[in-house]
Amino acid sequence: MAIPDNVETTFLLGRLNWDAIPREPIVLATFAVVLLGGLAMLALLTHYRLWGWLWREWFTSVDHKKIGIMYMVLGLVMFVRGFADAIMMRLQQVMAFNGSEGYLNAHHYDQIFTAHGVIMIFFVAMPFVTGLMNYIVPLQIGARDVSFPFLNNFSFWMTTGGAVIVMASLFLGEFAQTGWLAFPPLSGLSYSPWVGVDYYIWGLQVAGVGTTLSGINLLVTILKMRAPGMTMMRMPVFTWTSFCTNILIVASFPVLTATLVLLTLDRYLGTNFFTNDLGGNPMMYINLIWIWGHPEVYILILPLFGVYSEVTSTFSGKKLFGYTSMVYATICITILSYLVWLHHFFTMGSGASVNSFFGITTMIISIPTGAKLFNWLFTMYQGRLRFELPMMWTIAFMLTFVIGGMTGVLLAVPPADFVLHNSLFLVAHFHNVIIGGVLFGLFAAINFWWPKAFGYTLDVFWGKVSFWFWVVGFWVAFMPLYVLGLMGVTRRMRVFDDPGLQIWFAIAGFGAVLIALGIAAMFVQFGVSIMRRDQNRDLTGDPWDARSLEWATSSPPAPYNFAFTPVIHGLDAWAEMKAQNATRPDAPYLPIHMPKGTGAGVILAALSTICGLALVWYIWWLAALSFAALVVAAIAHTFNYDRDYHIPADNIRRTEDERARLLAQGV
Amino acid sequence: MSTTYWETEPHHHEDGASTNIGFWVYLMSDCLMFAVLFATFGVLHGSYAAGPGPQDLFDLRLVAVNTAMLLLSSITYGFAMLAMAQGNKSATLRWLGITLIFGLCFLGIELYEFNHMIHEGAGPQRSAFLSAFFTLVGTHGLHVTFGSLWLVVLMVQVAQRGLIPENQRRLLCLSLFWHFLDVIWIGVFTLVYLLGVI
Repeated sequence: MAIPDNVETTFLLGRLNWDAIPREPIVLATFAVVLLGGLAMLALLTHYRLWGWLWREWFTSVDHKKIGIMYMVLGLVMFVRGFADAIMMRLQQVMAFNGSEGYLNAHHYDQIFTAHGVIMIFFVAMPFVTGLMNYIVPLQIGARDVSFPFLNNFSFWMTTGGAVIVMASLFLGEFAQTGWLAFPPLSGLSYSPWVGVDYYIWGLQVAGVGTTLSGINLLVTILKMRAPGMTMMRMPVFTWTSFCTNILIVASFPVLTATLVLLTLDRYLGTNFFTNDLGGNPMMYINLIWIWGHPEVYILILPLFGVYSEVTSTFSGKKLFGYTSMVYATICITILSYLVWLHHFFTMGSGASVNSFFGITTMIISIPTGAKLFNWLFTMYQGRLRFELPMMWTIAFMLTFVIGGMTGVLLAVPPADFVLHNSLFLVAHFHNVIIGGVLFGLFAAINFWWPKAFGYTLDVFWGKVSFWFWVVGFWVAFMPLYVLGLMGVTRRMRVFDDPGLQIWFAIAGFGAVLIALGIAAMFVQFGVSIMRRDQNRDLTGDPWDARSLEWATSSPPAPYNFAFTPVIHGLDAWAEMKAQNATRPDAPYLPIHMPKGTGAGVILAALSTICGLALVWYIWWLAALSFAALVVAAIAHTFNYDRDYHIPADNIRRTEDERARLLAQGV
Repeated sequence: MSTTYWETEPHHHEDGASTNIGFWVYLMSDCLMFAVLFATFGVLHGSYAAGPGPQDLFDLRLVAVNTAMLLLSSITYGFAMLAMAQGNKSATLRWLGITLIFGLCFLGIELYEFNHMIHEGAGPQRSAFLSAFFTLVGTHGLHVTFGSLWLVVLMVQVAQRGLIPENQRRLLCLSLFWHFLDVIWIGVFTLVYLLGVI
């Protein structure tokens, strides 16, 4: 069998024993802080008797808006963790010169760079993007919820379960030391014998189920739930990019799942898919994982392209320039993203012809992306620009992302890639596009849609503070990495010999501090905005004079989103309604059919998480038990046929009359 | 007023109108998992590591019987759906039961084959070829197992509540799933067994 006989296990706890508690002071201190913070949080929740409210109104809710917000909260919490990893790496690399070992040993440092990548992609960017789509898409298409509301709740809790598994590795055992894609043979049992890679595998598998299901859900929602009159070519661009993103999710995450299953079999059953002997082929893993991995980066960026489109047209006071070309550019990117995976390993030795093919397809992707940029620029041209925060982030994105895109085209040239492969130039490139594209877009989106979700705008002063620290911090932190990469410094290094490099790492470290201030300012912005919410109240539901349907309803929208079904006659449905002075009808209100909340999603995801943790630690009885419980609970859930209810017409009339009163007050 | 911007009549989305397409999309994602396993088998099918190859291991007669079991189960599932369309609950349940028996026969034969191979020293650990073989065929088998469990649950639910729209929808989904497994098996039969032995 694969699991070596010399691993000491007990029946009750598998290979879990006292050695699993980390003894490094840094980890222990973190553990203490997290523990105290967590206990304080629990105490506060208990003191203010919020558990019942949390359970009823949030955890078991199937309302896409609440699930969207929970995704955003998950992303934000994990972002703090991921950034803590980042700043630790920066500090280590500044210190580890002139014979100094820095303050992190190799075992710890390798876990940090792995955890940073895994967390930032799977548990920060993905929840942010999914949460955004969840919140906005049904509103933009005039729907009352997604197609499968229960599945939506379940998906969220599976994503959270995956995050719990990854976080558990910090305080119990270790995380993988393999880099974020866990290439074998390093991630095989011979070179990673303990729990690190297993935490990685089960964390991603549990979260992956959630991602795939939510992809199916949103895809079907967009196909089936659009308001009357909204043809595909009348959908807002954000909905279009979400549509393509969910196609990518459904068509790529199964590849990740299957690939990780094969790695699991190698580690648990002793198969030989990716081993060095008995016919195994580690390079196959690298191909397979990048067949998922490349579409993944477009899964992250496409929805944000949609955000930039919405923001640009809103704050330019114009309809989007080149809507049709924007849609086709998105579709082109969707298709091309499957034809470029090999550019991640030109150095594998596939030969000149294969490398040329993938180099060329990679460069072709820059054409539709460039078309998008011109569309945004022409939208701004002769527009009445308002430099609100979302627009500022969008312009910062345009300037930053273009540089990242150009270094990407540079890396797409195979001979250049042979020099730059796995160097800090690459690290600078993908941070340039992910921070400059995905994160800036998320910040634009948060500033843009926060008033929709909560009914008041975000504080502008602290928003600007955060903006400038972030943008300047980004450039200071990552431009030195381009320089270092060109000088041949490889990624994931813990100590350095050449003292001449230190100054560049010091500059990068300073940039990371600026980014930290930007993050802090953002939290201050949230806090200040919440405290001053009465001064920044928006009663209209449309604070930006925006153009798509989500702004046609109140802020925050009622649970049923729209009391009446909107009818669509063209692009920018809400802008048209405003232009035509279309009035909302005020009768007759009819009962609205809505899905009921359920705790089944929480229970199923909790059982999956327990099963994952049991498998990490070889606690076979618990794994079997929790899996059996999972199957039984899932079957039991299907025996519940009573899944919906009607909101009485009186309630709707009361809500809508109140809104009409507030609207009249505002005028 | 010429153009209407709000419909006061409730715009009714048919109950479960999305389920059919949603399940199709799920099946396509499942299909991709099989695509990975097929591709893996394609890459590793010659990596015997000096161990046994397909000619030494596969018994085509057994596989032919097995294939017949699965194909027959698809036909009987089709009869169950026809009975459902006629609103005949007992005939639906009867055909579902027969489908289940064929499905279990398929699983039994597959387990016998696996057991036989492992006892000959040709287990999944022996070579990359065998790893890929057991994983591809075994994943299909796991799907059939899951489908059989689902079938039992649906039989209970149909017996309890009859052929109500929810149950009809569920039977339709399982039907898609069951036929999908048939299609995958055709791929397995052709690419793994037939091409291996030729």
